[in-house]
Amino acid sequence: MKAELLLGDEAVALAALHAGLTAAYSYPGTPASEILEYLIKLAEEHKHLKASWSVNEKVAYEEALGVSFAGKRALVSMKHVGLNVAADPFMNSAITGTNGGLVLAVADDPSMHSSQNEQDSRYYAQFAQIFCFEPSNHQEAYDMTRRAFDLSEETGLPVMVRLVTRLSHSRSMVQPCEARGENELSYGASSDWTLLPVNARRRFKILLEKQPSLTRLAEESEFNRLELNDKDRSLGVIASGIAYNYVMENLTSKGKAPSVLKIGTYPIPETLCRQLVNHVDTVLVVEEGYPFIEKMLRGLFGIPGKTLRGKLSGDLPLSGELSPEVVRPALGLPGLPRRELSGFQLVARPPQLCQGCPHADALIALNKALEGYPGANVFSDIGCYTLGAYPPYKAVQTCVCMGASVSMAKGGAEAGVSPSVAVIGDSTFGHSGLTPLLDAAAANTNMTVVILDNATVAMTGGQPSYASGERLVRLIEGAGVPREHIRVIEPLPKNLEKNIKVIKEELAHEGISVIVAVRECVVEARKKKRRD
Amino acid sequence: MKQDIILAGVGGQGILSIAFVIDSAALKNGFQVKQAEVHGMSQRGGAVQSHLRLSDERIFSDLIPKGEADMILSVEPLETLRYLDYLRPEGIVVSSSTPFINIPDYPDIEAVLGKIREVPGHLIIDSEKLAREAGSARTQNMVMLGAASRYLMVKKDDLVEFIGVLFKTKNESTVAANIKAFELGRGAAGPYA
Repeated sequence: MKAELLLGDEAVALAALHAGLTAAYSYPGTPASEILEYLIKLAEEHKHLKASWSVNEKVAYEEALGVSFAGKRALVSMKHVGLNVAADPFMNSAITGTNGGLVLAVADDPSMHSSQNEQDSRYYAQFAQIFCFEPSNHQEAYDMTRRAFDLSEETGLPVMVRLVTRLSHSRSMVQPCEARGENELSYGASSDWTLLPVNARRRFKILLEKQPSLTRLAEESEFNRLELNDKDRSLGVIASGIAYNYVMENLTSKGKAPSVLKIGTYPIPETLCRQLVNHVDTVLVVEEGYPFIEKMLRGLFGIPGKTLRGKLSGDLPLSGELSPEVVRPALGLPGLPRRELSGFQLVARPPQLCQGCPHADALIALNKALEGYPGANVFSDIGCYTLGAYPPYKAVQTCVCMGASVSMAKGGAEAGVSPSVAVIGDSTFGHSGLTPLLDAAAANTNMTVVILDNATVAMTGGQPSYASGERLVRLIEGAGVPREHIRVIEPLPKNLEKNIKVIKEELAHEGISVIVAVRECVVEARKKKRRD
Repeated sequence: MKQDIILAGVGGQGILSIAFVIDSAALKNGFQVKQAEVHGMSQRGGAVQSHLRLSDERIFSDLIPKGEADMILSVEPLETLRYLDYLRPEGIVVSSSTPFINIPDYPDIEAVLGKIREVPGHLIIDSEKLAREAGSARTQNMVMLGAASRYLMVKKDDLVEFIGVLFKTKNESTVAANIKAFELGRGAAGPYA
């Protein structure tokens, strides 16, 4: 097959297709969105393949689990925080086990380029006690994902492929291998898949019994590689995932060659680690994310007679992503000579709402309506409108996680915040805003929810939104919000006065009210126009 | 042989189109390529950059180490300065002089250009003027690619070929405007070369 120039995300997608994939599910989230984007494109040619956006990550994971139950292969992909949402089915899928191969591709975002934290998904793999691959480059992203499907079927467990932003969003050549067909339909055994305590206890024992075999697989994996230098025993480096690249980038340019253990799987290969540690005086652990391997090696008491360096020792930073120049001093190399920008104050250029964005008009109207309410608080959510926290709007005061605007507004209202306002987009509302609205409507909480319906998932590139338009209004009504307190406005500059009046009326209402601001995302509208 | 290039600009200015054209030309000639991109939040009018690495040997890091970049190719002057510390001491800068002002505290443009001129190997191009001359203000990225093309390790003809591929789904006048923009940029780089 022909080599292709692919994003790391796309390499995962292509490998899954070639592994005999039946279906793929995801919810958009940077830096994982391009995995499913690419599979949707591939599905145009490969008619058997189902690739679709789900309403949230939990639903996506459960859909994939259903495919696995039916004996077929499934890929589920998401960003790191998406796995928090999917944690329930994820943890339990290690207990049920898999029937058809089930692979979870999760993309972490160290440095929080587009995220609210930089949690390290390797802890989730360890938590669920499943096997995890961590590719260092595009070819490995492909090869490991293919291997992950085999391994899932060999061990009867889901397998994680952990990516990070710099691999997900970098392009390089990938050499694919022969594609294979789908699995036949074959149902899982109900005694394995019905997690009543009697079954769950038996299944959990099976999971525990499988652990030594997972370690053995790691020991034998071609993705872990130890190179010992017999001439220089001073330093040994353990490097995992893309951190390996930053180590090698610096070493090749200097001709320096400490012993290096490259790690690409979890559980980590214990024998190889022991060999390296025994061989050298000082061990440096370089890993992208939390000091996961380093903590394991250090334990409570460290390694007697050896020096262990890494993030915990302060040789590498505990936060933010690694880079060649961050790793360089830890290897004992001086910085490269470079040009400096001296005597000039660089100003930041943060992202911002687009020209003509409907959110801008909605937020301006909301700000005006809230004038004269010193106790007001606007709880917001995950989406483009979070940029409304920046000047000139300064329109929202919180952003925590998907759907939290509605639930926090309810909690805030019950603690005395008045007016208590939630601002959430249509897709985020479908993801996690509907359930807290059900709560708030049942309690008739004194709060106002503003749903910005731009008919798309805008921030991640315009994926479809399911809680939009007429369906959205019916959902709100179905949740129990009184019809007369569901108000639909069109956020346009010419409607400003009218919209302020509507918002003010609902702020004054003692009880639950919802304002739906309906206008299509300008970027999507432009794209559509160009397509037509 | 290797070339490490920082591509810089503001979300929406077509940085990734420049990357596609250089990548494709490099791959055609058997070079290895790595190209780190910015997706997501920053694409909404924020600062964006791409690390483009071409080499005839194995490339490890997706990110160019600070001090390794051979060139900063930037469609916006303030964005040029943002990545100056990636440049090796003898590295060159090919920068647009046209400011993209979408922030309230944009510095004095003369001060910005003055800083760029301090780099011995600098080339400043009025990309907006040349793009308009080519027929579309949206072709500034191709003007800058044309200006940089005299210093790239890939061939001019290959670049032009892949500009055609990039815009093949668009109408002929779009392809023509982009190729003209490239040629005007290349021409403007002449006196310095």
